[in-house]
Amino acid sequence: VKTRKGARAGQYLALLAYLVFLAFPFLWLISTAFKPARELASLHPTWIPRSPTLANFRQAFDEQPLLRAALNSLLAALGAAVVAVLIATPMAYVMARHRTLLAKAATGWVVVSQAFPFVLVIIPLFLVLKNLRLIDSLTGLIMVYVVWALPFALWMLVGYVRAVPAELEEAAAVDGAGRVRTLVSVTAPLLAPGIVATALFAFISAWNEFFFALVLLKTPEKQTLPVVLTHFIGAEGVADLGPLAAAATLATLPSLVVFAIIQKRITGGMLAGAVKS
Amino acid sequence: MTLASATRRPATRTPDAGGRRRPVDHGAWFLVLPALIPILVLSVGPLLYGIGLAFTDAQSGRTAPTRWIGALNFQDLLHDTLFWDSFRIGLLWAVGVTVPQFLLALGLALLLDQDLRFRPLARALAIIPWAMPEVVVGIMWRLVYNPDAGILNETLRDLGLGDGHDWLSGLGTALPAVIVVGVWAGMPQTTVALLAGLQNTPRELHEAAAMDGAGAWRRFLTVTWPALRPVALAITALNFIWNFNSFALVYVLTNGGPGGRTRLPMLFAYEEAFRYGQFGYAAAMGCVMVAVISMLLAIRLAGRLKGDEDV
Repeated sequence: VKTRKGARAGQYLALLAYLVFLAFPFLWLISTAFKPARELASLHPTWIPRSPTLANFRQAFDEQPLLRAALNSLLAALGAAVVAVLIATPMAYVMARHRTLLAKAATGWVVVSQAFPFVLVIIPLFLVLKNLRLIDSLTGLIMVYVVWALPFALWMLVGYVRAVPAELEEAAAVDGAGRVRTLVSVTAPLLAPGIVATALFAFISAWNEFFFALVLLKTPEKQTLPVVLTHFIGAEGVADLGPLAAAATLATLPSLVVFAIIQKRITGGMLAGAVKS
Repeated sequence: MTLASATRRPATRTPDAGGRRRPVDHGAWFLVLPALIPILVLSVGPLLYGIGLAFTDAQSGRTAPTRWIGALNFQDLLHDTLFWDSFRIGLLWAVGVTVPQFLLALGLALLLDQDLRFRPLARALAIIPWAMPEVVVGIMWRLVYNPDAGILNETLRDLGLGDGHDWLSGLGTALPAVIVVGVWAGMPQTTVALLAGLQNTPRELHEAAAMDGAGAWRRFLTVTWPALRPVALAITALNFIWNFNSFALVYVLTNGGPGGRTRLPMLFAYEEAFRYGQFGYAAAMGCVMVAVISMLLAIRLAGRLKGDEDV
């Protein structure tokens, strides 16, 4: 479809406006992170710090146990991603290949849990985990994250399994490969990229998660990064802006890196396939 | 070998019929159980448990046993004006975020679907907010809205539009300010879903319509929109629910203030449960929230579907 020159220019302008709207808060966060306290107190803030400094980063690590929190977040996110993928892949396989009642119920649960009311779940979860002595523990949090990541993981993985032609598995069976052998040497390698993408997605959602961590972790040494970040904001809502910005910038980097890796899959085929089916 | 494959093939060629004929597939159960148990224990179970709690006087840290109290919590809730204030704010917030979110995301998705230069870069940049922790999004916008060191007031001052405001503490500005952040944070996800929908619209029809001299707006209405509608409906409904249930953003931005002007129902229920320890009462709030939202969505979606039949 040919578009007139004026219209094209308008499109570029509109796209630029969108990108400015989406990017400016992040740029401002980075800018604030490198500003010395004196500059933050002055009334005319600038986009580019007049005398950039790393002092905020040092101060952030002094004020809050950021390293400890980052380690906790990393453990929670890695644990959630690995376990979620390990248990979701076999289930997704059954959901994609068999039309049993169970598969239908599972699909129903995936849809309903997209709209899951956290308020209704968090109190019972708190009580259940308390009985299992898993409150205020990373293990408990990981278990919650796994279940919380499952709907989306299943949804993605079912799409990936469907993309592997069943004929390939049948051909392997014809050649005398047993069921396990077929799954391991034919299906799994074809699924691998999808499994990795799903794991990374689960990693990001766990790394970013706040509500469950806030409710379930009480000891400061056990808390994850998002919870510790909120400690920079005082009871009166007053915050030391520099260290706050520095810590927030650091906390975002891992998600951004992981997101960059799976970005193509997200804007490309992943959701398109899911929508089609 | 050839004989074996010849006899095997017909059975496997129609997996549907074959799957149904097999009575119980033990292998399938073995594959499903590792995921099924956590789902039952930590998702389905707690949900039912939560509904049950709403009919009890459960409190945190109490030694006396919990009793069934019937619908007493719901009766109290009916007269709890603070809760209904919060509920009203929650609806305002959910609609206020979902509608602009959809319109802006639709515009962006249509642009990103065009054959523009830098498209891959633009797509990558456009979904960055999706990758950020909600807490960081809240912190970021606190810095933008900061009355002295914030860029918003500085820009207003530069443009000669007054001295700026304390956006997040002003009684009139807090909710709108928070809504802008909500729109910003949810836009990428909506855009990606709509983009996926756009990729399913028939290109040939588009080109044919253009040949017939249909303008851009007409092409959108007659070709793009009908194909996009199911995706648009689904993502809007989901956004509405997600927004109504959102917590972290507003917790970080205002913590419900000033004077409860941004106290979303989730914040209200959280305080009731984990600050005052009223588990039963908070669970009842959860039930009411779910019930009202499902009702609203059911009415809305039923209306849309009926509209479909009329066309």
